[in-house]
Amino acid sequence: MSERIDVSIEHKHAPPEDGGRPHPNTCPGCGSHYRDDELDANLRVCPQCGHHFPVHARERIRQLADDESFAEQAAELRSDDPLGFFDLRAYTERLAEAELSTGLGEAIVIGRATVDSLPCELAVMEFGFMGGSMGRIVGEKFVRACESAAERSVPLVSVTASGGARMQEGILSLMQLPKTVCAVEDLHDAGGTLISVMAHPTTAGVLASFASLGDVLVAEPGALLSFTGPRVVQQTTREKLPDDFGLAESNYKHGHVDAIVPRHELRPTVARLLRLFANGA
Amino acid sequence: MAREAELRLREQLSRLRSLPLLRGARLSGELARLQRQLDRIVEESSDEEIWRSVELARHPDRPYTLDYVERLLEDWFELHGDRHNGDDAAVVAGLGRFRGRTIFLVGNQKGRDVKERTRRNFGMAHPEGYGKAMRAMELADRHGFPLVTLVDIPGAYPGLTAEQRGQGGAIARSQALLARLRTPVVSCVIGEGGSGGAIATALADRVLMQENAIYTVISPEGGAAILWRDAGERQRAAAAFKPDAAHCLELGVVDAVVPEPEGGAQADYDEAARLLGEAVAESLESFEGVSGEDLRRQRRVRFRTIGQVSATR
Repeated sequence: MSERIDVSIEHKHAPPEDGGRPHPNTCPGCGSHYRDDELDANLRVCPQCGHHFPVHARERIRQLADDESFAEQAAELRSDDPLGFFDLRAYTERLAEAELSTGLGEAIVIGRATVDSLPCELAVMEFGFMGGSMGRIVGEKFVRACESAAERSVPLVSVTASGGARMQEGILSLMQLPKTVCAVEDLHDAGGTLISVMAHPTTAGVLASFASLGDVLVAEPGALLSFTGPRVVQQTTREKLPDDFGLAESNYKHGHVDAIVPRHELRPTVARLLRLFANGA
Repeated sequence: MAREAELRLREQLSRLRSLPLLRGARLSGELARLQRQLDRIVEESSDEEIWRSVELARHPDRPYTLDYVERLLEDWFELHGDRHNGDDAAVVAGLGRFRGRTIFLVGNQKGRDVKERTRRNFGMAHPEGYGKAMRAMELADRHGFPLVTLVDIPGAYPGLTAEQRGQGGAIARSQALLARLRTPVVSCVIGEGGSGGAIATALADRVLMQENAIYTVISPEGGAAILWRDAGERQRAAAAFKPDAAHCLELGVVDAVVPEPEGGAQADYDEAARLLGEAVAESLESFEGVSGEDLRRQRRVRFRTIGQVSATR
């Protein structure tokens, strides 16, 4: 946060892309519009209003891990289609398209890394891959991250961004909740640590499983952290919802997260926690 | 496709056949029912049959947790409150005697008439409900009594206060606590096994499912609204999600299917309770003599290996 980053605002209120959706580089907070390199240089945080744009998994790993320290694991795993699921399109088609658009095999990337020279295991979710939804492979990779952390006696740092369980895998996606929960319990029994960083959005099945079981829970500003999303709550109960419904700030107020950490402070904060849990080593 | 389910059902059949005869003369009826299930599964349930399960699972006359408690437990003492925020009437917890031994029981509870339905919030639990369930889990563990959970929840309650009191975290911690118990845990889905609200109390050593119950990641209506953008497509969604007992058995999500009386559990509460009681008793027996440490380890392995993927796409 020490030096200001020089950015130019190309033009306010960039014209929406086709379909009327705002351009992904237009800030929903203040309407400022940026080039990719401008946003990347500022960790994808709006220099004007501090809005936190989504961060892709690979970019997040670059932001958190020491240069060249990340060694990916289980990158080869791909989901199959246990139910032969077809809604408006085939699940297999959605998977293929997600892989093409994200360059990732699934909605989570795991591997060994160091943060400020402190060894850890990273498990980072990719919201761009089918809404970061958790199916069997996401669950499997998270479990492997837990096992790798336990084996190497290093903490696991998870960064979540997920709409919940992957519906296309039916009941098997629900089973990823107890599966990941059991893995965290094994990690804890082995004396391991889970530092859970919750980015926007961490909802439903991921919030209701491993993300909430961190020894320390850290949220990004403005992240939606709710089991049920505001639209469904509104429709079901017809209650007037507060503006901060389900947001990190509301969760903090109600005692569900330990800290809200702006992205510029995330790496030093994770490093500090890693150091503390390693007993000052 | 149905081969695995077939194997499981055959296993269940042979286990039932090998049970000592003192289990009562009506066991033969059970065998016949299982054989019918087996026949049906080999053919795979049709979309219509799946939707019939959804309707039966939600049947307004279907027996609820307390109907089974009344028929299966003696000296039932119900616990109330999470010792924190309040008492959630959508979840019941307590202890009683099951076939001569003390057990703890946790179950979702719907209401029968309009007034009770409202009071019990249509069976949709708040975080206080999971809090109460967790008290029962801890007590069972501390005193070394088995825990039985009955699952019948449309879904966790989608409300403002439920969120403000940390619904997601409550569901996660309830599962985590179950994963730590050193006492046997048997769960049975007796109606609607709705998503996170269901799994909160279903991380068990043995998971059973009644013949006409459903177990879902999202309600057919919710899934239809999201994936088909039309809640009216619920039958299609149900067919795609395959939430019926036969498919859950085939996928290895449940260990055994508990037969229901002809026409469904609502047709004969006593018989439904007897069949459920048999299945629970048999499950509990199978864990006798297993150490707490082993139970806990095997329970975690069970969930570690559900739907295991070996091959890559």
